[in-house]
Amino acid sequence: MSQQMDNSHRKFLQSMMTNGIVDEQRAAMLYQQCCDTYKTKCLPDKLNDFIDTINSKLQPLFMQIRKGWSEEDGQQHYALVNVAETDISRMSSDYADYELVLFRKTIELIVVSETGQASSTDILNSTDTMTTKKLKKSETEHLLNRLVRDKWLTEKRGEYSLSTRCVIEMEPYIRTMYQEQLKMCHICHNIAFQCQICENPTCCIKIHNPCVARYFKNKSEPRCPACDDFWPHEIPEIHQPLSQSK
Amino acid sequence: MSQRKRVSTSQSSSQNKRPASLSLTATNDDDDSMFTLPSTSQVLKGLENLTEEQVYQKTAEVLQYFLVRDQKKIPIRRADIMKHVVKDYRNIYPEIIKRTARTLDQVFGLKLVEIDTKNHTYILINKLEEPEGMTSSSGPANLKSGLLFVVLGLIFMKGGFVRENLIWNLLKKLHVDIGQKHNDFGDVKKLITEEFVRQRYLEYVKIPHTEPVEHEFCWGQRADVEVSKVKILELMAQLHKDRPESWSQQYKEAHSALSTSSQATSSSQR
Repeated sequence: MSQQMDNSHRKFLQSMMTNGIVDEQRAAMLYQQCCDTYKTKCLPDKLNDFIDTINSKLQPLFMQIRKGWSEEDGQQHYALVNVAETDISRMSSDYADYELVLFRKTIELIVVSETGQASSTDILNSTDTMTTKKLKKSETEHLLNRLVRDKWLTEKRGEYSLSTRCVIEMEPYIRTMYQEQLKMCHICHNIAFQCQICENPTCCIKIHNPCVARYFKNKSEPRCPACDDFWPHEIPEIHQPLSQSK
Repeated sequence: MSQRKRVSTSQSSSQNKRPASLSLTATNDDDDSMFTLPSTSQVLKGLENLTEEQVYQKTAEVLQYFLVRDQKKIPIRRADIMKHVVKDYRNIYPEIIKRTARTLDQVFGLKLVEIDTKNHTYILINKLEEPEGMTSSSGPANLKSGLLFVVLGLIFMKGGFVRENLIWNLLKKLHVDIGQKHNDFGDVKKLITEEFVRQRYLEYVKIPHTEPVEHEFCWGQRADVEVSKVKILELMAQLHKDRPESWSQQYKEAHSALSTSSQATSSSQR
């Protein structure tokens, strides 16, 4: 049984359109605000039902508010995504064809890389192999900036990785295209881009950074959960969401 | 109940808006001029040859196109919708646009408005007013709309047309100097004379027989439909610590605009 949408749902959807992606705390806050504004009942544990109501109306439009998980902070996120095709179709109105070619190349570089990142140099070099329009260096840099601004990529010290929103939205596409090259996290069994890798050459399991933090917490000597070799990487701190750390 | 009323408004308004002699008046050099709006019977015939799924699919595409384009607040031309999305479905265009308007209204709380019936351009207007205390978008967009409100307010209070120098002087008093790069607005002159104009909030018109050339501002089409004159007047009155009624001319105009627009809505419901 799907509920009818009222203005609180519409307002929530509008906020999702503006933000593209929000973390769990922010989603709960928005839910509360929307219900307060339109004097509708707000039950803190019913956020998912509230979103389901919106999704039931979005489904025929090939859109969805999808729940996903951030590799960076290990937090749940909600992203408004396009489910029309597993291709990058929605971006087609914002980006020219040759720009999308470069974006696909960037995704590929990131997927096949060890670190889940691609350097700007690698991306710039990959433009040489493009058969469509040849991009100038400045054009490529400008395009990368736009992709970061539009929250498809994130950039840290010249290294580009897929944003949480991009992973949530593009996962079906990436799964179809790069089935062979994909890495899975040994702990949570989701796709892993940015992760730590066991250095035992016969093992090589991958673990997300936030999963590493949780798994090795309180362990005096970190050992690989698969081969029991010493885990040589730095163990990151568990990310504390702002609202819980108060 | 209010829900049903709203639906019928958006449905009928999208039908009423279309002038019958459309193909004669459109003289653009793009392919829109080639487009004759199909008659109701043509649409019905077209629908017969399509599955409901195909119509749904096309409607979803058109809707997405509107949403993506609207993010930049640039008016959407019918010719572009035709060329980029509708394509082979032009024979059922009225049905598609009707359904798109209905869904935008019911699901997104947005109203599809044709602001220019000659060149066929559309904008989306948010039907959910930003309630007070809702700080969902306190980012740069909001600061910009504050600036826009000031400019629109000044134009309205000055009777509809204002020379640009007057605007620049007023802004200077508010510590927004067009000669300097502003922390939040960047190039203020560009923002006002280009971005706001492109978004159709403002019109920036050359004053004839001026040497060197001077410009003046008036309200753009989007402002006319989206911005409440009553609200602007209230804001201005607040700034002057006075009552809106003290500006009798503006008060009359604001409230008459209100009644004609509600009349227009009620007549289109019939």
